[in-house]
Amino acid sequence: MAYSEKVLDHFKNPKNVGTLDKNKKNVGTGLVGAPECGDVMRLQIEVDEESGVIKDAKFKTFGCGSAIASSSLATEWLIGKSLEDAGKIDNMDIVEELALPPVKIHCSVLAEDAIKGAIQDYKEKNGLTA
Amino acid sequence: MSNKKLIYLDNNSTTPCDPRVVEAMIPYFYEHPGNAASRNHPFGWEAEGAVDLARERIAKLLAVDPKEIIFTSGATESDNLALKGVFEMYKSKGNHIITATTEHKAVLDTCKKIESMGGEVTYLDVQADGLIDLAALEAAIKPNTILISIMWANNETGVIQNMKAIGEICAKHGILFMSDATQAVGKIQVHPKEVGVHLMAFSAHKMYGPKGVGALFVNRKGPRVKVTAQMDGGGHERGMRSGTLNVPGIVGFGKAAEIAMNEMEADFKRVAKLRDKLEQALLAKLEESYINGNTDHRMPHVTNISFKHVEGEGLMMTFNQEIGVSSGSACTSASLEPSYVLVALGLGDDLAHSSIRFSLSKFTTEDEIDYAIDAVAKGVNHMRDLSPIWEMYKEGVDLTKIVWDNH
Repeated sequence: MAYSEKVLDHFKNPKNVGTLDKNKKNVGTGLVGAPECGDVMRLQIEVDEESGVIKDAKFKTFGCGSAIASSSLATEWLIGKSLEDAGKIDNMDIVEELALPPVKIHCSVLAEDAIKGAIQDYKEKNGLTA
Repeated sequence: MSNKKLIYLDNNSTTPCDPRVVEAMIPYFYEHPGNAASRNHPFGWEAEGAVDLARERIAKLLAVDPKEIIFTSGATESDNLALKGVFEMYKSKGNHIITATTEHKAVLDTCKKIESMGGEVTYLDVQADGLIDLAALEAAIKPNTILISIMWANNETGVIQNMKAIGEICAKHGILFMSDATQAVGKIQVHPKEVGVHLMAFSAHKMYGPKGVGALFVNRKGPRVKVTAQMDGGGHERGMRSGTLNVPGIVGFGKAAEIAMNEMEADFKRVAKLRDKLEQALLAKLEESYINGNTDHRMPHVTNISFKHVEGEGLMMTFNQEIGVSSGSACTSASLEPSYVLVALGLGDDLAHSSIRFSLSKFTTEDEIDYAIDAVAKGVNHMRDLSPIWEMYKEGVDLTKIVWDNH
């Protein structure tokens, strides 16, 4: 299977690889997937507490090229978004942007879940959950 | 695209043709177009003569009688013919077949089909090194067992079974012994009669011959083995496999057998050295890397390595513009399961997802191996930099204690 140019680009030059301090109150971490399934995605957001805007995002992913590209793209999209807008990112947006084939759609689902997980973690830490 | 030569280390999938094989085949496409079954004119005689010569060359390589070679379209067809053919032919004696969980799909899926046809199949587990537990094999034999089917060498790990010992067990119990020897023939000495194999499937395109042609060895004496034909028609190949013979393909197959007979020993001594260099260099450069399968009983050109906390398909993507290998990880929504062969060796799914199979050929050069060592090591390090579980492992987190969210 051939990968799209965009997947290859994110794979070769992944954006925002790294680790934020998960103990900081304004950092939310989403960890999804499992090693035995062949993909684990960790996505972190750092939120500006005054404005509620995501000022930084980092990822690390164990997985195939599409999983890495999906998480790299997700971090790019997250930076600068409000938590509310971030929560609206849909996996199909990722599929479209990266031209993922049907067999790789689960990579985008994983990225959406990681985003939601990171937001949830941030909200729980800050007593923002309803 | 650059002009850089691609490095092919996926020879267990298929080998390139030896140029001498192609040369031998060419006249049979045009100059000698005959059908080997045309008995009444020189065109047919030429084709028949060429097929006979090929059959002799292949028989010589295996130390068997030419009459014991049945040409087919490939090893998958040979496996089907042997398993289903024996099942149908020996129905009155029993319906039980024993095989192993690490067999090729051509054997496993055929056995599944036989089960749906009223057969009974035991799928033996293998030991952690990939070898069959001989005691467990013998214990699985029942009064209605008619056939034991164990591959000569495994396609993913290269592990070579103790064929002689298995043959002795079969002989002791009067059971037919079949082997898929696709990965072994033409690379190491394979003499089925010496080890008591009665039926053996193999293919030209794994031994520098063309695709689309294979054979089944069927023992003719002590015991005389018969299989029920699975293809009806003109009664070719002594009634066991109807269908016009692929003359150019068979000629190429024969030429490949002749070349193997003369050169495989020297070729594979050299290839083994390159394989060992690749393997040792990668293990030395990359911590937490493990060889899968028994390394003492193994094909000389294969190594299967798991690079912990790196996913195989992603890793391949770091170098697959230059190097062709294969991974035990199938990361598609259709099949999230990693290699069943590696899982059968007791590897956790995570390590199975982290595996890469390198299979060299007689055409592999030392420069290519040096390049591959460098590219793979860089790839693994790149992927580990990206891997959250590698980071956790480095921080001393016990990954088995994490509650993963299974997708």
